[in-house]
Amino acid sequence: MEFQQQVLQYLVTGITVGSIYAIIALGFVTIYNITEIINFAQGEFVMLGALFAVSLHNAHLPMPLAFVLAVAATTLCGAALERVAIRPAKGASTLTLIIITIGASISIRGLSLIAWGPDPYSLPAFSGNKPVMLGEAAIIPQSLWVLGATIVVLACLYGFFEWTLLGKAVRACAINAAAARLMGISPSRMALLSFSLSAALGAIGGVVMAPMTLATYDMGSMLGLKGFVAAIIGGFTNTPGAVAGGLLLGILESLGAGLISSGYKDAIAFIVLFLVLFFRPRGLFGGRDTARGGL
Amino acid sequence: MERKGVEEYQHFITLAALIIVIGGLPFFVTSSYHLSIMAFIGINTMLAVGLCLLMGYAGQVSLGHAAFYGIGAYASGILTTRFQINPWLAMAMAAIVTGVIAYVISVPMFRLKGNNLAMGTLGFGIIVYLVFVEMRDWTGGPSGLMSIPSLSAFGFVFDSDMKYYYLIWAFTLLFLVLSLNIVNSRVGRALRSIHGSEVAAETLGVNTSKYKSQILVVSAVYASIAGSLYAHYLTFINPQPFSFKLSIEIVVMVVIGGLSSVWGAIFGAATTTVLSEVLRALIPKLLRGATGEYEIVVFGVILMVVMIFMPEGLFSGIVRRAKAWRNGRALRMRAIESDAALHTNGLVGQGPVVAKDK
Repeated sequence: MEFQQQVLQYLVTGITVGSIYAIIALGFVTIYNITEIINFAQGEFVMLGALFAVSLHNAHLPMPLAFVLAVAATTLCGAALERVAIRPAKGASTLTLIIITIGASISIRGLSLIAWGPDPYSLPAFSGNKPVMLGEAAIIPQSLWVLGATIVVLACLYGFFEWTLLGKAVRACAINAAAARLMGISPSRMALLSFSLSAALGAIGGVVMAPMTLATYDMGSMLGLKGFVAAIIGGFTNTPGAVAGGLLLGILESLGAGLISSGYKDAIAFIVLFLVLFFRPRGLFGGRDTARGGL
Repeated sequence: MERKGVEEYQHFITLAALIIVIGGLPFFVTSSYHLSIMAFIGINTMLAVGLCLLMGYAGQVSLGHAAFYGIGAYASGILTTRFQINPWLAMAMAAIVTGVIAYVISVPMFRLKGNNLAMGTLGFGIIVYLVFVEMRDWTGGPSGLMSIPSLSAFGFVFDSDMKYYYLIWAFTLLFLVLSLNIVNSRVGRALRSIHGSEVAAETLGVNTSKYKSQILVVSAVYASIAGSLYAHYLTFINPQPFSFKLSIEIVVMVVIGGLSSVWGAIFGAATTTVLSEVLRALIPKLLRGATGEYEIVVFGVILMVVMIFMPEGLFSGIVRRAKAWRNGRALRMRAIESDAALHTNGLVGQGPVVAKDK
């Protein structure tokens, strides 16, 4: 009984953390599908979202407004990144683009260190800290916020891809960039959109998770890597796969840390990464072009 | 043939000049702080040359190079402090262990390409770092290993910054010469062909996976020996210097030095090492008592700007542009001369001159 209860608790934690990984993974997939770039600065958007929210909340703004403004500010950062660092290097090799986004990542991290300093910040939970009991497992309310935010994000993305002209243009670009271009869809506008969208996704993840962890300038790199692993599990071009990959990784990590060793928690993600890359390089969920673009 | 001769001659001159400069510097620089920085430039050059072979020549990115450096340092530290093995023997054993690890991981790793390879090597670096932190019984955990013995040979003990400076640079120069030989050999040409196009290289009979594995082993062994020297020089090690941050700093060195320039590696290592020291001293003054890794902003901007404007690397980019400018000027001069010649021959103004040779 004791053991079952523990496992249940780990599952709850895993799904919560996994939802964050899923949101970050969606950011990777969105940029990759349109530009074929792996944005190594993806995790920094999560950090920016969290720290903007902390600052705005400390400036006595109500939480919902702080949330929206933090996401908006991070979205602008994403757009700026595309214009300043990605656009000028148009047509560069993969190696060059990897190094550019790594440069962007450590620049953003360093600038945040200057702006916010090295100390961790806390953000109050959105609706108190009194745990809700689900059978034997305790769920903190913030976990429900995380799950709720993930579901809302997925629903909005689905609506965006299925029912709006812009969303259909994004999907067209992901499915066949050349044909999309012939239909009058501007690839450079789509690239800008993809960076803005994935910055917004990262920021949402950052704001909802900030009350559970602490927000620091260097929280982004590890989260970014976990999001990448989640996307790899999902096959990288596959949006629903990325979500499943995020949840799977979160659960594996939580169970591994709880039942095996907490010191090696961060290693679990990379061991999963190697297993997937070496044995199922197209992800766990089918072939390369499954569900490319939409949800 | 003749061109190759000239190139070899240039390498010889550069090497001789370098030996004179490196040999002579301690006569002018005597503070042990400055000597230790120059020693670290040597260590970083070994790391940068290794990554330069891998990244610049073979075109294979590695974001986990600090792992090999750390494995070398820890292998030396553990073998000498726990098993009382002779430091030189330990260094050789560490290099062999690192080489074998590199070979073993190269087989699955190089099946990955581009972005996945970058993430794979990054993951390898992070796992190795976690092992340093977590395997407390062997590595001493976060506090590390203490009292690693100094190196000594035939009763001569390396016990000062200056002695280590010379020792480290002797290894560095050896690796530079070795790397130049690799680059200018059949292997070097094979590597460049892999960089150009792996498929084309294979159709021409280049065993690409063999060469990629070999060059990873070579660069891992360089890093391992650099790590062993680091461990014996400082006499203590902890996991912190072998983190992801160093892997990125090695990439910065290679980017500054030029992705495929063996000589550039010294320039890259020196610039990065000195810059990081200067920034570490300067930033607390600018930002009132700030402590932290503020220098990463500068490194990040360098990576972005150099890669956007000179994807071949800063040093190589400048050299190429200087050559192009010189050639361009020579061409312009010749054009002006021939123009003048046409004028003196009274040919200008008499319709188009198609050819005036002979």
